[in-house]
Amino acid sequence: MITQLKNGRIYDPKHGKNGLIQDIYIRNGRIIHKPAANERISQTFDLTGKVVMAGAIDMHSHIGGGKVNIARMMLPEFQERKSYTEPEAHICTPGCTHNATPSTTDAGFRYIEMGYTAAFEPAMLPINARQAHLEMGDTPMIDKGGYAMLGSDDYFLRMLAAKKDQKAINDYVAWTMHASQAIGIKVVNPGGISAFKFNQRKLDLDENHSYYNISPREILKSLSRAVYDLGIAKPLHVHCNNLGAAGNFETTLNTMGASEGLPMHLTHIQFHSYGTEGDKKFSSAAAQISEALNKHKHITADVGQILFGQTVTASGDSMIQHLNSKHANPKKSVIMDIECDAGCGVVPFKYKDQNYVNALQWAIGLEIFLSSEDPWRIFLTTDHPNGAPFTSYPHLIRLLMDKSFRNETFAKLNLDAQSMSNLASLDREYSLYEIAIMTRAGAAKLIGLNDRGHLGEGSGADITVYTDQPDREAMFSKPDFVFKDGELVVIDGKVVKVTWGTTHTAKPAFDISVEKDLKDYFDKYHTMQLDNFKISDDEISSDGRGSIVVHEHKSATQ
Amino acid sequence: MKTSNDTSPAINFSCPACGLLCDDVALVSTSPVRIQNGCTKSITFFEQAYSNEYDNIASASLFGKATDLNTAIKAATKILRGSKQPLFSGLGTEVTGMRSVMHLAEKTGATLDHMHSEGAILNTLTLQNGGWQNTTLTEVKNRATLILAIGTDIVSSHPRFFEKLVWNADSMFDKTSPEIIYLGVPKENTQAGISPSGTQPLVVEAEIAKLPEIMNALQALMNSKNPLHKKPSTDQVGGVSIASLLNILEKLKAAQYAVVVWAAGNFKYAHAELTIQSITQLIVKINKTSRIAGLPLNAGDGDLSVNNTSTWLSGFPTRNRFTHGKAEYDAYYFSSAEQLKSCDALLWISTFNAHLPPATGVPTIVIGHPNMQFEREPDVFIPVCIPGIDHLGAMARMDNVVSLPLKKVRESTLPTLSYVITQIKDSLT
Repeated sequence: MITQLKNGRIYDPKHGKNGLIQDIYIRNGRIIHKPAANERISQTFDLTGKVVMAGAIDMHSHIGGGKVNIARMMLPEFQERKSYTEPEAHICTPGCTHNATPSTTDAGFRYIEMGYTAAFEPAMLPINARQAHLEMGDTPMIDKGGYAMLGSDDYFLRMLAAKKDQKAINDYVAWTMHASQAIGIKVVNPGGISAFKFNQRKLDLDENHSYYNISPREILKSLSRAVYDLGIAKPLHVHCNNLGAAGNFETTLNTMGASEGLPMHLTHIQFHSYGTEGDKKFSSAAAQISEALNKHKHITADVGQILFGQTVTASGDSMIQHLNSKHANPKKSVIMDIECDAGCGVVPFKYKDQNYVNALQWAIGLEIFLSSEDPWRIFLTTDHPNGAPFTSYPHLIRLLMDKSFRNETFAKLNLDAQSMSNLASLDREYSLYEIAIMTRAGAAKLIGLNDRGHLGEGSGADITVYTDQPDREAMFSKPDFVFKDGELVVIDGKVVKVTWGTTHTAKPAFDISVEKDLKDYFDKYHTMQLDNFKISDDEISSDGRGSIVVHEHKSATQ
Repeated sequence: MKTSNDTSPAINFSCPACGLLCDDVALVSTSPVRIQNGCTKSITFFEQAYSNEYDNIASASLFGKATDLNTAIKAATKILRGSKQPLFSGLGTEVTGMRSVMHLAEKTGATLDHMHSEGAILNTLTLQNGGWQNTTLTEVKNRATLILAIGTDIVSSHPRFFEKLVWNADSMFDKTSPEIIYLGVPKENTQAGISPSGTQPLVVEAEIAKLPEIMNALQALMNSKNPLHKKPSTDQVGGVSIASLLNILEKLKAAQYAVVVWAAGNFKYAHAELTIQSITQLIVKINKTSRIAGLPLNAGDGDLSVNNTSTWLSGFPTRNRFTHGKAEYDAYYFSSAEQLKSCDALLWISTFNAHLPPATGVPTIVIGHPNMQFEREPDVFIPVCIPGIDHLGAMARMDNVVSLPLKKVRESTLPTLSYVITQIKDSLT
């Protein structure tokens, strides 16, 4: 059966197509070459005048795993469905339920209704990966995957402190990817989560962990090298030290050098772009950060934009979240030390447009978006739910594409914050092509999803069709059609068919003898058996809904 | 008849008999069935599971009269179809079973509550009121230098706690064995707290009912300006001297890594969530300068697995309800005790143990352990597989972070809970 999408305006940056009018053909879930004249076309959609893009990919969104479920449990009040009046800078979208902690079902539905066809859980603790996959397995409609968190796990820290060679570390990293069914590696506050368990309250890039006597810089160097050597497509995903602290932009700038030129992705960089200027000793360092980003081609970043309203921050960074718990709104929080493996902190937060710091955070995120020259190296995220729920993406896209809307919103913010931001002087408006790069082609390239994020032949037919509207928020909130693996699943922003998506993984080769040491370690120190730490393929796919795709990794360089 | 699949001499599995989910347990399935590394709870669990192996063919029944599975499923479907306000209680199951239960609840507008929720809800309320700062088992094993057990001997509910997590010879940071303090535990129940080398625990005896005032006093003593400091140290609060309380506090503050353990189900008095809140607030205060963390004990029968699954699927922990497909939550009104006053059908689920449903006049469906012996036969009884013995699954451990796979160690002719529930769901129009 062949489906024809006729006469659409194609935005497919991977193939340089910028509004080209073209037909697309789909068979068996894949995009195919124009069929021969004698082949029967079963279904034709006339997309004349419509904007056609690949399905969007959220490369950083906390959709599965313990943290989010703790947030749901702690905050039942978030589930209430209220209808809010809509101030300009609010996070409302037509489909928005104002829910920062949607159930797995709601998460899948809200994503696909906006034309997103994949989302990646960025902080999957290996020890909690089973639950993350269980939750993602119950997330309908979209593809998913996770980045395994390392860098505060005692096994790795012990290896690094004992100066084990890089090959041994590479084997452990690859083994962890297999065991946790991950597609990338993340490090959160390198070493800091562990240091907090030893009662350290702060850890700078070149400061030593009090027990292991190693620094975050050494951790970053080792892990970025491992990811590179193993040929994992997704660069090391880095949540820098000192998140949220005034003056932390210097840590961020210095972190860019920690991998010594190897690829690294700095996540939610907005939270790491703060200076100490002005009366309030809190200022925007977006200019310095963007300049460095533009210069360092080995660095990519996602923004982690904040938007005003109620949300909850869920992070692996127990050290910083413990510090932040005094700002909790409502006043409750969960901080956990986890299994000599990681930690977590869940702190509800309400960003207010009349609060100096919050207003400036909003402006800093947008300054970074607008000052970053290469849309292939910057990604659109709110660090869901930490900066705002992902349902606010259409609003964020409008802020990027519509200067007058942006400036009108800016003019209503806290006046002191306005005086500390150069946002109004930034004239840039993102084009549809650039949005397609940030949310599709770039994200797929970054993660290594070769058959997603574009509309070339052989690609998975994840396709979103929009009506071109001057109000970009309205446009991106409600696609006309969404196809997932070739099936029509959304019409006019509403799900018409429930599907389940797949789980994307990468499984670089490693020396199996790494398990000998690991088994001794587990038997001695852990409270579960090594074999049960590992998640089998069956656990994800045996329910008849889930499936696993293993992506080819780049050729190893060692 | 069920037969054991006894090709290999010893099969490793995760033991679902308590929240520790020990996975170093092995089953020797040749007759007589034995388990290695078993504890009192796991032995009982396995004896129950294997007791009707050869002599008692569990069968579905209607009012106690044996019937076939399909007839029983039809009868259960009929009850739920006629019900406007069903209560799904017991919920003794794991993640896979709970997933199907949730889907049936959504379709029937059922209220969901776990059999051990009277205790568990106290933790949920504490979490929802102020949150907490907690830890997990491997951290306890490697890091704890002090363990304070409040109102629980720990081992009654989690028998291998000390063996596995406290008296371990190896630990990652070369720490010494932790100091043990019991507060509000009778001295005769504190044997497990004696170290292998004979070090006695500190036992501060108190009535459990006095814990609210004792915990409040501990918190108050954290403030050096509190008038309690000016009282003679021999003065008592809740039957415990101020000197004893100060001693506990100083030890907690001085510890490299202190762990405070409680069992919510043991606090059997009104508004006991406030006692737990006092514990968690004390932890938060001490954590400002040194390291300490909490560790709530769970009650079992899949309580945490059920709560977690319910939460990610509906947005709410249990004591929730579906109305026209939308989930709602009410920690008080959606309790079994309250719902039994107004529900018009009861579905009772208990697959790990043969726990019986509460007495009620409404039509009752029981799906559960094949060993159930009823005083009053339910309308429908469907015996099902035991998770972790007869079928695979996944289960959350007591620390609510780690989850483990459940194994299948024998073949059973009984259906799984998921199968039965899905059949009922699909039969409903």
